[in-house]
Amino acid sequence: MSLSKSAAAPAAARPTSKIASRRQRWGYVYVAPFAAVFTVFLVLPLGYALWMSLHNKGIATAGRSVFVGADNYVKAFTDPVFLEGLWRVLRFVLVMVPVQIVVALVAALLLDTLATRLSRATRLLIFVPYAIPAVIGALMWGFLYSPRFGPAQDVFGLLGLTAPNFLSSANIFGSLVNIVTWQWVGYYMIIIYAALRSIDPSVYEAAVLDGADGRQIALRIKVPMISSSMVMIVVFALIGTLQFFTEPQVLRSSAQGAIPSDYTPNMYAFATAFNYSQFNYASTLAFALGFLVFVGSYVFLFLTRKQSGLK
Amino acid sequence: MRTSARRRGVAAAAAVAVSAVGLTACSGGGGSAAEATCTNEIKQPDAAQVTVWAWYPSFESVVDNFNETHTDLQVCWTNAGQGADEYNKFQTAIEAGTGAPDVIMLEAEVLPTFTILESLVDLSEYGAAELEGDYTPGSWSDVSNGDAVYAIPVDGGPMGMLYRADIFEEYGVEVPTTWDEFATAAQDLRDAGFEGHITDFPTNGNALNYALFAQNGWEPFQYDAAKPTEVGITVDSPEAEEVLSYWKGLIDEDLVATEDAFTTDYNAALVDGTYAVYLAAAWGPGYLQGLSEADADAEWRAAPLPQWDPENPVQVNWGGSTFAVTTQSEQPEAAATVAKELFDTDEAWKLGVEEAALWPQWKPMLESDWFTGLEAPFFGGQKINEEVFLDAANGYQGFSFSPFQVYAYDQQTQALYDMVQNGTDAATALGTVQDGLVQYATEQGFTVSE
Repeated sequence: MSLSKSAAAPAAARPTSKIASRRQRWGYVYVAPFAAVFTVFLVLPLGYALWMSLHNKGIATAGRSVFVGADNYVKAFTDPVFLEGLWRVLRFVLVMVPVQIVVALVAALLLDTLATRLSRATRLLIFVPYAIPAVIGALMWGFLYSPRFGPAQDVFGLLGLTAPNFLSSANIFGSLVNIVTWQWVGYYMIIIYAALRSIDPSVYEAAVLDGADGRQIALRIKVPMISSSMVMIVVFALIGTLQFFTEPQVLRSSAQGAIPSDYTPNMYAFATAFNYSQFNYASTLAFALGFLVFVGSYVFLFLTRKQSGLK
Repeated sequence: MRTSARRRGVAAAAAVAVSAVGLTACSGGGGSAAEATCTNEIKQPDAAQVTVWAWYPSFESVVDNFNETHTDLQVCWTNAGQGADEYNKFQTAIEAGTGAPDVIMLEAEVLPTFTILESLVDLSEYGAAELEGDYTPGSWSDVSNGDAVYAIPVDGGPMGMLYRADIFEEYGVEVPTTWDEFATAAQDLRDAGFEGHITDFPTNGNALNYALFAQNGWEPFQYDAAKPTEVGITVDSPEAEEVLSYWKGLIDEDLVATEDAFTTDYNAALVDGTYAVYLAAAWGPGYLQGLSEADADAEWRAAPLPQWDPENPVQVNWGGSTFAVTTQSEQPEAAATVAKELFDTDEAWKLGVEEAALWPQWKPMLESDWFTGLEAPFFGGQKINEEVFLDAANGYQGFSFSPFQVYAYDQQTQALYDMVQNGTDAATALGTVQDGLVQYATEQGFTVSE
């Protein structure tokens, strides 16, 4: 009885214009909670930050906010500290993104091919670091890198060598790449793995019949078929790296010389706002970085529009 | 894939919403004292409440002591983080125009940073000037500017030298009293087979390094809160260069370590016999005792800080904190009372000394027989207050910090790190800091004199 009723209901609701508009009104109600949160916590703060970035307030002229137009942006894009930070995160992008993607892809391809109990356990183990909060992960690595408490000295000692100082200015780049890779590879691997699982197995059968070996199937069939997922994780990694903040900020507590307060553009914006009380210039830095991230992502998505299916 | 991304977006938005609700729930303070959540228990629910941010160890017993002895005023205390963490919150509250407590614990070195933002109340309107005689001259000079008083001194950090008597004895080296002797002792310890370093010169030592330079007469900043747009910057003076070259020489010969301070590694090195000397403030003994993995055989003793010119000893200070009243407070008079009276009784100070290892700037306690006669078991029963730190406290003359002190510290850390890592000399390092600060101050609208 009730079944037939509910089945009949949509049929009865023929789209007369009155009902359609009522339906649309319901749509707004459904969207409203999200729209409210989105407006209050994203659109309004962004608007306020933009307003702040167009004004200036020097320490010596406290309390007086002056409209300066694009002056802050001119200053930011000629600020050697900001540009050096940008150059640094670009180098991180060039190293960290490929490393993460390759490791994640290889792991996913291997796990996709193997179906043993061990592979399931491995999948979980690779994913676990992503479940650890970034701050905790960075703190943990801070201890592992510590010359006194870390295991490196013991390990190198077995071979009669002296461990490098992972927190020195010469090695900090690699140390940070290692932390981020450790943390994010599992997440990217799961995305790739899920994409691989959604491929119809009959494709593989056809490939095998045509004489393709395992390596060919992986590189010629699987990778092209999951290219849209690959593009997505590269965008994630790209954005995340350009906004690099948490790991160096946490590690800074044990390596203040090697990681200055302006190490990355985001750290520079943070220090400028909360340590040096220049909220206006910090807003400018944040907006400038956001703009560059947007441009970078857009260019990348444009260049890969074929692979991602966005064309 | 698309749905999962969208779902994640919604989940993230929901998480933001939840945490935002959490944030608003926590942001007490300011005028809404009655609604604020206190860490301590309020003894007189009907009395006016004053919100206080402070991070002293064992501060709750001091707050309880205040609340039990006051019927018309109650302190509502929150630990808003230590040092920079608290200052970040305060900066944000200042920018937002709301959210600051009535009374805030600030280190003396950041007082100009906040007075220039017009965020601290001049307490001379509330009778603070009459208290000058109750505090050491150096500490009073740090909180006052002409007739204005921006905070009430609480604790200080007169400097001395804590050393491992057992290490000096084992290698047959005399304990140094001048910096020349200190350099010789560093070499003698090395020659006699000591595998550690005589001490550490941390490039991120900030206030420690300032104190070491100041001992040679360094006055890097000339700043008067009455003329807030003018600042003098003379960081690269000959006095500083002399001191920094001295340390650079010891570093180059690997007689002094350059480990970052305040890390877990550094804490372990302080107590495990890696260093024979800990150049410390009066709060240093308490800090040492709190560290784990200590060398069980260690025999710690305290001595005065080595001098450049033993005929004219100069005493310096490292750290120390104050209570200031914020301009956001809607009850500045009550807040001023709290700032003045939290630490103005023997009972409160006994708690501060015994439980938190604070060094009082309040003279009635500082000069009491009980305090001067304290024997420190950690130092083999040595009366370290009387023998070492009292002279240092009374000899300290005050120091002028800049109104952008956090920035100045960050610049110095960077320059000193470069000096140690890349082998630039002391003059170059100080010159870099000088140029950076002059440029920064100019950008901020100061009239800079060099």
